[in-house]
Amino acid sequence: MARITRDEVAHVAGLARLRLTDDELERFTEQLGTVLDHAADVASLDLAGVPRTAHAMAVTNVLRPDEPRPSLDREEVLRSAPAVEANRFRVPRILGDAP
Amino acid sequence: MTDVGRVVPEDAGGAWEMVVGLEVHTELRTATKLFCGCANLFGDEPNTHVCPVCLGLPGSLPVLNQRAVELAMAIGTALHCEIRPSTFHRKNYFYPDMPKDYQISQYDEPINVSGWLQLPGGRRIGIERAHLEEDTGKTAHAGSSGRIQGAEYSLVDYNRSGVPLVEIVSAPDMRSSTEARAYATELRAILIACGASDGKMEEGSMRVDANVSVRPGPGAPFGTRCEIKNLNSLRSLGRAVDYEAQRQIALLESGDAVVQQTRHWDEGEGRTVALRSKEEAYDYRYFLEPDLVPVVPDPAWITAVGAALGPLPAERRARLVALLAGAVPAVGEGFPDPDVGVDAEGSPGVSDAEREQILTVVDLGLDGLVVAAVAGGVPARLALARTANEAATDAGAAASLDPGAYTTLLGMEVAGTLSATQVKAILSDLLAHGGGDPVELARARGFEAMADAALVTVVREAVDAHPAEWVRYRDGEEKLAQFFVGQVMKATRGQANGKGVVAELERLARE
Repeated sequence: MARITRDEVAHVAGLARLRLTDDELERFTEQLGTVLDHAADVASLDLAGVPRTAHAMAVTNVLRPDEPRPSLDREEVLRSAPAVEANRFRVPRILGDAP
Repeated sequence: MTDVGRVVPEDAGGAWEMVVGLEVHTELRTATKLFCGCANLFGDEPNTHVCPVCLGLPGSLPVLNQRAVELAMAIGTALHCEIRPSTFHRKNYFYPDMPKDYQISQYDEPINVSGWLQLPGGRRIGIERAHLEEDTGKTAHAGSSGRIQGAEYSLVDYNRSGVPLVEIVSAPDMRSSTEARAYATELRAILIACGASDGKMEEGSMRVDANVSVRPGPGAPFGTRCEIKNLNSLRSLGRAVDYEAQRQIALLESGDAVVQQTRHWDEGEGRTVALRSKEEAYDYRYFLEPDLVPVVPDPAWITAVGAALGPLPAERRARLVALLAGAVPAVGEGFPDPDVGVDAEGSPGVSDAEREQILTVVDLGLDGLVVAAVAGGVPARLALARTANEAATDAGAAASLDPGAYTTLLGMEVAGTLSATQVKAILSDLLAHGGGDPVELARARGFEAMADAALVTVVREAVDAHPAEWVRYRDGEEKLAQFFVGQVMKATRGQANGKGVVAELERLARE
């Protein structure tokens, strides 16, 4: 049985706001299945006694002092925006509430 | 049950019980944002504190702010939490307030878990977690209504994007709107005392969401809950919680079910409304943030953060209660038992008005002034009243007052050198000028102590002008003393010392 269905891929694509063609759905379902097969191989290893890690590097507490650094120039920032009004980014109408 | 009873229709027999849990977001008082060096400042020109990190530009990398972690640990310590190794996740969603299209937040391994907060009445409310996350940008909705629905487009300011937040999630332990307000009030006082927050609900630096459900009575399984957002004041919180419980009870009593949903409080209409939303259950696809490593506070660090924490509001209130009961503060003395809340039964001799004064003074962080004044010989009740009623009118300036100057000023009132009216005038000078020498200020205002001889003359004139009142006073109608004090104050435009006037009246009456 496939590890991921075409419907699941379509759902995830929807969450990521990706519009996929039928061909692409087919192709990504197969590719993501291969990725999940590999994950299953890793998951099948006997890792009893191996501590859980949250990062590939065994590093913790990477912190910076609370000291301000210069921000970007506003003109420069807003020049990259598709639309600007009153020094704010102008974006399309938002449906619904912020999640 | 009395509070619950208020929201229950008469015919319901008071059987329903309200269950409330609160989620409080507080912005942290850091100099910079959580993951970049942009200034953490409210109210500046839009999009002036932004950089590649907080704009979500490709290739930028977050670096965690040490101060934000320490403030989160301070909050955890103050709320009796276990402080744990923690990680960050990406919470994915598409909304223009978050330019990265994900918010970095702590998910299954928050830095603080399993604490509690004690209400001034003594009841403990559980704290499930208090975790770090970043704030979002600020959207304004343009169009006819100025609200989300019906807006034509939105404008975004990213100054707030990436500002450090701690989200404090309570257990569903509150049973009335009164308790919900008491919890939010006490939490706010604790956050301010920790130096973590300015507690300004109206500016959005402290935001409260309420989870409300109802059940047939204590011990029954929890009902379906609704989350109420857009609570911009403690008053809104109380009203919204009562309204929502009432709404749910009405639904259940008419045979309908409560639908789990997010609802907005409409302050003007006095009701909660469900927002139109396509998908109720969001799929955030949380995964570990690969650009950040775990935060693992070691015991020495946790101890150091705890040691830097000053006394918390409960201890400080208990200290003022002790002062009113006659305790004399000494340098370096320990604090009394914080479990003695100000309205606990263990505080005899504290009137309702004094309890309010204590709450005010501690809330504004002015209790140090009271303690200093009492240590300097000022009676506790006078020190408390002047601080809560006069100094508190400009709390910002009062907080930076020199306790020595404040003690000197109140001492002049105690000694009778200045009248109460004069002391209040000079206090307002001290607050307006950000300090000064009370003795100099009194001289500058012409508040030389009224010479005894002058006072005797003015009192005599008042007595002569009101012979009928004088006879009644002399015959034992003591309350007329206040009438003569009023006459003398009028004649001297408040410069006389009230106690001196009464003393002179008493002397004349004995003649």
